[in-house]
Amino acid sequence: MGGVIGGAWDWLANGANWSGESGVWHRLGEHVYVSAVALAIACAVALPIGLFLGHLGKGGTLAINISNIGRAVPVFAVLALFMVSPLRNAGYLPTIAALVLFAVPPLLTNAYVGMREVDRSVVEAARGMGMSGIQLFLRVELPLARAMVMTGLRSGAVQVIATATIAAMVGQGGLGRIITAGFNTYDTPQVVAGALLVAALALLVEGVLVAADRLLLPRAAASR
Amino acid sequence: MAAPNCLVANDWICWDYVTSRSQELTDATLEHIWLTGVSVLIGIAVSVPLALLARRGRHWAAPVLALTTLLYTIPSLAMFSLLLPVFGLSAALVVTGLVLYSLTILVRNVLAGLEAVPEDVREAARGMGYGPGRLLWQVELPLALPALLAGVRIATVSTVALTTVGSIVGKGGLGNLIAPAVNSSFKAQVLTASVLCVLLALVADLLLLGVQRLLTPWTRAGAGRRGRSAAPTRETTSTPAPAPAKGV
Repeated sequence: MGGVIGGAWDWLANGANWSGESGVWHRLGEHVYVSAVALAIACAVALPIGLFLGHLGKGGTLAINISNIGRAVPVFAVLALFMVSPLRNAGYLPTIAALVLFAVPPLLTNAYVGMREVDRSVVEAARGMGMSGIQLFLRVELPLARAMVMTGLRSGAVQVIATATIAAMVGQGGLGRIITAGFNTYDTPQVVAGALLVAALALLVEGVLVAADRLLLPRAAASR
Repeated sequence: MAAPNCLVANDWICWDYVTSRSQELTDATLEHIWLTGVSVLIGIAVSVPLALLARRGRHWAAPVLALTTLLYTIPSLAMFSLLLPVFGLSAALVVTGLVLYSLTILVRNVLAGLEAVPEDVREAARGMGYGPGRLLWQVELPLALPALLAGVRIATVSTVALTTVGSIVGKGGLGNLIAPAVNSSFKAQVLTASVLCVLLALVADLLLLGVQRLLTPWTRAGAGRRGRSAAPTRETTSTPAPAPAKGV
């Protein structure tokens, strides 16, 4: 194993592997692009719905069931379906669409559960003080649900980055291509290097999200 | 003078495909079921001892949970590729990868189930002269069963989906039909195999739900009465927390 890790290090240290169409920089750019666009779309769709349903306290079964169904749908199969449809000529669109479908269910469920787990007595007290629905939502429920929603967002981001590697199996771009290329040439160090790059990107993004969370809303972070 | 054939036309839905390739489809489905079943069973066999270990205290729980969570973040494509030097192109490779992923869900659920056993129940059993082994086998594990089975359901459904990625080493069940069909743009094959995959997951989930109801009848009988107690019980009739989805 030591030899493989050393080989992976050598592969990563070799500047020639970083440049060009199939180099690390280009693949990293593709990976970040599809992951970021997919996550942004998934958030724009899932968070408002999940938060709103949680606020209303309705549609719980729906929110949970969507997540369970999402788990049963293989991203690889969805991507494959997009790749034999006219979407195959639409650049990164098949990958982004498959990743959005993958990321929406857990984000939706986490947002819903986060809102529902807000202490009911706190909500009742706020309502008793005469807060309107929108005030209750913005000033009480959302701040209290924030930790749970952010946890969902962080694990969603990490999973999207890890899952984006699948795109390589149907010939789309991203860091997965480094893994499949190494796989096809029996180059295990290159496979390890590819996996390390994906893991490093996931950890980096997780760290950035944690830092952004603390910097943007320091008050809530301090009270946690 | 043959009528326009849906195989020739490359339609999405093609019954001719299903009938003419029924043997291929059956074999792939059986391989899929076999890979998933073996992986989940081994996953349960490994996760119960790990959960018991994690329960012993903080300094065991942290590494066990950290390790299983870390495994979950390894991309499935990389996982199968990384295990290749160890196992070669074999079913053992895919099963090992799937077992490693199932641990994240199973260990957490078994642990949550064991920790939800009320302390006074343990005390009562000890008072009745139950030793640690008998306490675990006859009191704690049955009470942890709803949480354990909830975990098994989640793990099974995600494993069915994940198995498709095993096609990278040619052992992916229905995934084996999807991968080559993408290259040749064979729409009927991609759609049929994908639909079968989802159906397989849903059927497995329903079957396990049935098993869960048969094995734990008390969770339904007691639900109404328990609901009235003031303290929020952490009885695990439902999934403890939303488990993360595993990308495929």
